[in-house]
Amino acid sequence: MAEKTKKLKLSTKSNLLTYAMLLVFFVVMQSLIATDSISNKLNGLLVPICIYSILAVSLNLVVGILGDLSLGHAGFMCVGAYASAFFSVSSADIIPQDWLRFLIALILGGVVAAFFGLLIGIPVLRLKGDYLAIVTLAFGEIIKNIVNLLYVGIDSKGLHISMESSQALGLEADGRMLIKGALGITGTPKDSTFLISFILLLITVVVALNLINSRTGRAVMAIRDNRIAAESIGINVTKYKLVVFMISAFFAGIAGVLYSHNLSSLTATSKNFGYNMSITILVFVVLGGIGSTRGSIIAAAVLTALPEYLRSLNDYRMLIYSIVLILLMLANNNERLNVFKEKISITNFLRNRKKGNTLDKEAKS
Amino acid sequence: MALLSVKNLGIQFGGLRAVDEFNLEIEKGELYGLIGPNGAGKTTVFNMLTGVYKPTAGEIVLDGKNITGKKQIEINKLGVARTFQNIRLFSQMSVLDNVKAGLHNQYKYSTISGIFRIPTYFKTEKKMNDRALELLRVFDLQDEADFLASNLPYGKQRKLEIARALATNPKLLLLDEPAAGMNPNETAELMDTIKFVRKEFDMTILLIEHDMRLVSGICEKLTVLNFGKVLAQGKTSEVLSNPEVITAYLGE
Repeated sequence: MAEKTKKLKLSTKSNLLTYAMLLVFFVVMQSLIATDSISNKLNGLLVPICIYSILAVSLNLVVGILGDLSLGHAGFMCVGAYASAFFSVSSADIIPQDWLRFLIALILGGVVAAFFGLLIGIPVLRLKGDYLAIVTLAFGEIIKNIVNLLYVGIDSKGLHISMESSQALGLEADGRMLIKGALGITGTPKDSTFLISFILLLITVVVALNLINSRTGRAVMAIRDNRIAAESIGINVTKYKLVVFMISAFFAGIAGVLYSHNLSSLTATSKNFGYNMSITILVFVVLGGIGSTRGSIIAAAVLTALPEYLRSLNDYRMLIYSIVLILLMLANNNERLNVFKEKISITNFLRNRKKGNTLDKEAKS
Repeated sequence: MALLSVKNLGIQFGGLRAVDEFNLEIEKGELYGLIGPNGAGKTTVFNMLTGVYKPTAGEIVLDGKNITGKKQIEINKLGVARTFQNIRLFSQMSVLDNVKAGLHNQYKYSTISGIFRIPTYFKTEKKMNDRALELLRVFDLQDEADFLASNLPYGKQRKLEIARALATNPKLLLLDEPAAGMNPNETAELMDTIKFVRKEFDMTILLIEHDMRLVSGICEKLTVLNFGKVLAQGKTSEVLSNPEVITAYLGE
């Protein structure tokens, strides 16, 4: 019994640390806002930090826990952003309550992204390694290009959809354009607040951590560690891969909803929904330590804030950013630093203490 | 009726007949050995029995059910569990979680109840924990429950793999060279473990092994494979004194 309670403590303590970190972040930022001592720059960064943290945590489920390399995460974000922005713009007159409309938009964005996750997942998850990366990358680009060609308008006759131009819609005089091709969607209500974004980040983290520490999580990690052995003990590989892929896409969709409701006009460029974005999210996950939820959040927050704070250095901004990235990677491979890191690592501290106890016991017996 | 009955099993890879006309009858509770020179097709037989390969001929009947050509997952659910020649543990998971992964189909709750932590989650997790620790105790691994599986010494990794296979509550346990890479002491200990497992779980065991001390020490019956064909079959002592077996496999 003793070892069981310790085991529970080990994973629970690590999780509690993650929650504590989030809570401290929230309390500090809220008190800064309350006392009006927050800088404009930081204030503007709060929602993006939450958005990118959600993206990093959700991608970590696929890359770190399932062990598959997906480069299409921005694509799911794009789907969520467009679906929800479209809903919010078109239902602005029908649903007067802001909170209700935003709630529906959030659920809709997540569900549509999860549906795309399922759709893409069924054929794609049969592939492994590089092939999976290539196909998901292509998916992200295809989604971005499709929404750039999408023209949707509404008039008394209903919805008009075209892939050519706004003229091709043939709207009546009183008609209204909802999606304007490469110009995207304008007039999205600015519903994303720090509070809502933070709550959603918290929900994402709770779901991710609970998932990892459950029957499903074990099955998924078993597939990651050894697919053949996982099948031999009766774990349905395809099913669990799809489940994780869908949950991951769902939260990427939620992040997309927050993103689109943080800006008044939404366009799909390679900067926000292209493969650049997918790679950036992957960088968060890798730098935070693949498989570590806490690390993903820290890396996402730091790497979102860093470019903004280096902006004052103007032309050197990207240069310094890349040097910092290289230094971080070197530091990750530095043996002495790793030894030091292991010394100060809390998870290892807990693990070693347990090991020490066992050794003591052996010595005594 | 036999627990496992294999009739005229065969598999062909392109032009190569890896296994041909393979017959096997294992009664419930038997400890059966499958031996033969390298490349004789022993592991191929295991892979057919567990559904990794689809046989091109013959049929496999487990406890009255035809399992020929079924998928690995279904065959495992019907009661066949195995270990691997080259250990295949979930190396980045704890020892306890390895066994709990094996309990996957024994104790169930949905993904949703896992995420939202409804009471079923705690109840089932507790049952899983208790059962997993019980299994670890059988193999004297309870003190290493929190270790990463990859950090276990070799002999204990082998034991953990058996524990994980047993967690799926099989009728038939297949061990693929359980003593490979073990020193004589570890092999002796493994023999005791296998005997204990058989008694404790009332298990039927089929094992592939090269270590003749282990084979003659614990197996009641043997089948000798050579070039994909059955060379001899029967009681261990009779098979091992069969002149054909001695020339083909043991050496004079």
